[in-house]
Amino acid sequence: MAEAAHRYDETMPLEYRTEESRLNILGFWIFLGAEVALFATLFATYLVLFQRTGSGPTAKDLFEVKDVLIETLLLLTSSFTCGLAIFEMRRNRLSGLLTWLLVTLLLGAGFITFEIREFIHYVHEGATMQTSAFLSSFFVLVGTHGAHVSLGIGWMILIIIQLLQRGFTPRTARKVFIVSLYWHFLDVVWIFIFTLVYLTGMVI
Amino acid sequence: MKWSEFFVTGEPLIYAADVAIVLTIIGIVFVLTYFKKWKWLWDEWLTTVDHKKIGIMYIICAVLMLFRGGVDALLMRAQLTAPNMKFLDAQHYNEIFTTHGTIMILFMAMPFIIGLMNVVVPLQIGARDVAYPYLNALSFWLFFFGAMLFNISFVIGGSPDAGWTAYFPLASNEFSPGVGNNYYAVALQISGIGTLMTGINFLVTILKMRAPGMTLMRMPMFTWTVLITCVIIIFAFPVLTVALALMTFDRLFDTQFFTMANGGMSMLWANLFWIWGHPEVYIVILPSFGIFSEIVSTFARKRLFGYKAMVGSIVGIAFLSFIVWVHHFFTMGAGPAVNSFFSITTMAIAIPTGVKVFNWLFTLRKGKIRFTTAMLWALAFIPNFVIGGVTGVMLAMAAADYQYHNSYFLIAHFHYVLIAGTVFACFAGLHYWYPKMFGHLLNERLGKWTFWLFMIGFNVCFFPMYFLGLMGMTRRMYTYSAGLGWTPLNVVATIGAALMGIGFIVLCYNIYYSARYGERDMTGDPWDGRTLEWATASPPAHYNFPITPEVTDLDAYWVMKKNGNGLEVKEEQLKPIHMPSNSGRPFLISIAFFFAGFGLVFKWFTLAIIAAIFIILGLILRSFDDDDGYYISVDEIKRTERLARKGA
Repeated sequence: MAEAAHRYDETMPLEYRTEESRLNILGFWIFLGAEVALFATLFATYLVLFQRTGSGPTAKDLFEVKDVLIETLLLLTSSFTCGLAIFEMRRNRLSGLLTWLLVTLLLGAGFITFEIREFIHYVHEGATMQTSAFLSSFFVLVGTHGAHVSLGIGWMILIIIQLLQRGFTPRTARKVFIVSLYWHFLDVVWIFIFTLVYLTGMVI
Repeated sequence: MKWSEFFVTGEPLIYAADVAIVLTIIGIVFVLTYFKKWKWLWDEWLTTVDHKKIGIMYIICAVLMLFRGGVDALLMRAQLTAPNMKFLDAQHYNEIFTTHGTIMILFMAMPFIIGLMNVVVPLQIGARDVAYPYLNALSFWLFFFGAMLFNISFVIGGSPDAGWTAYFPLASNEFSPGVGNNYYAVALQISGIGTLMTGINFLVTILKMRAPGMTLMRMPMFTWTVLITCVIIIFAFPVLTVALALMTFDRLFDTQFFTMANGGMSMLWANLFWIWGHPEVYIVILPSFGIFSEIVSTFARKRLFGYKAMVGSIVGIAFLSFIVWVHHFFTMGAGPAVNSFFSITTMAIAIPTGVKVFNWLFTLRKGKIRFTTAMLWALAFIPNFVIGGVTGVMLAMAAADYQYHNSYFLIAHFHYVLIAGTVFACFAGLHYWYPKMFGHLLNERLGKWTFWLFMIGFNVCFFPMYFLGLMGMTRRMYTYSAGLGWTPLNVVATIGAALMGIGFIVLCYNIYYSARYGERDMTGDPWDGRTLEWATASPPAHYNFPITPEVTDLDAYWVMKKNGNGLEVKEEQLKPIHMPSNSGRPFLISIAFFFAGFGLVFKWFTLAIIAAIFIILGLILRSFDDDDGYYISVDEIKRTERLARKGA
């Protein structure tokens, strides 16, 4: 930590100015590397198990294009608005940042709502986590992503509160930047879920 | 659940343990109260974010866990000494080999290595602390409470009994209905989260916080091994996280991942477990290689031979560690093509490892060798480890493995690599860096007693097991009949285990003896060291270095000593030093993790949810925390440094 922690670099964007911020952002990138390994394991598990449906329904019986497409659009849009939020932060406009963060948050909440509806629907059809290995791995993979998004929403709310209290500081700027990295990462994961779980599931 | 099921009952050993635990707790509380040490404990240890103190706490826990795992080992040896022994029954034996394996790997070897990492790495790279001191404290406390949760299974609810690999379907609800394996899943999860954070923390620390001039290729070898180990941790531990989570779902919520019906696949567990498990053994062996490299170079008074080849071989081993996992279950029947691939990758590991062995030997060549205790451990490591390595290559041949698989040959092999590799390194590192941690040396005479007792005991214990394995004795069998002819070698092995136990007792006595009468280290450099940790006082002030050292070459401190007086501190160079503040939150959050885990083990979901709320509350408070640390004034640094020098 040393003096280095406060080595201030005016030429950098606000979120990169202190040494502490630079360390935290790098650390978060590495954490995302670990998250990649985590989701890769869940995907591998799903791919191993997805045709092992036992006496339960198959992917083809279960998935419905429309709902999943709505979820996808909501989450992809939220990633775009999250990017706009960072763009506004770079332009030093707090109100723009807050607006786009709020839009991101609502889109994320919309995504979660649809996902929960989807899950409830499956359960009503008799497709629960306990039914078959396919469904266990499906619910755990998609559910882990959903839990990440929910956590991201809670985290973003905390950061919005801090922005309202403290405005732009190197610290709040760094937090916004890190949560945006997290949000984009979840978007990438969803693209894989959409292709490998839903699209593949509807074809095979 | 009835109370009689909640507490483990019916065994005199368990009642004795109950009494011992209660007495120990009363004893600790009494001592702390009598000497009015509660505040000291809280201020100096429970809330500390100082990497040196965190490292010391890791090592203390590791030694305690070595005791626990060692007692397990001695109980097993006692049971196997003679045929048809009635000392332990089958169930109790199952529990003991499970906890022995799990504790030794995850709660002894890992924390011992991570403890040494914590103490040494920031000092070796000339840093004031790690990149995220708060996170570091959280890592430690998560490990600690994970370990505690695992250990209470012994007296509350019952220990896991499906082996440390917890293979399905044995570890499923169907075949292991008690709470034992819930403990396994949850406790390992909690401490695993801590380990993952340690990996990220040290990777960033080493990449970003090295002293000016210390390029990657000027880093001490121990730091290099830790860097690569961190990369392995970051990619291996998430696999464990997932595997344990799936196990938890299977056991608590009746999902079908590893079950025998409804599409479940128990082989998937074995694969996931070893995709983590094999890199895991390199997580504990690579830093050990680093420790030996430092010690061999210091006590041969020579620069490490083949530095670049060493670095290359660590990277090679790290890469290979991810593509060998199937060799743990060749007999599962994945087919000749798959088995051949993993057989070849496994044998390939012998190449970079061999490179390293020759590098150590060439470092010794024409060196002015000093036979200190630390050096003895390092020297003994080479031949013993080679025995383990060569038998490893034998096991790597898939066709032959069908004969050795799960026999005592395997037991002997992995104890030869893990004890002669990791445990020897832990003891070597402990003796080597002890003065840096505590300001006094461990007694060399007692140290050498420990070394000879333990090293000879180790060989007497494990060498016969190779032959027992070839004679057909398989692992995890709790007894055998007299006609098999295994008795003499088993008696020999038990004698060896007892010698190791005595060696451990001498080590513990040495710690006590040296604290009272040990030689104080006034110089900060008792071994004529080569790397930066010896350039500062023993023990270092909490800011480590009064001024940040400038590095011009490998063996930075050695070069400084050759060109002058080492690290010179001129008072006018001093600047205020920024340090992070202590925090009690990591400790409290980890307690919440403990209760959440305990709730999950017994399916008391209300308790788990309440504890989870406390965890989230802790995270929220952290988010709103804007503590920026504090500055140590130049005057205070001057005072501390003058005091340290007056000692010298």
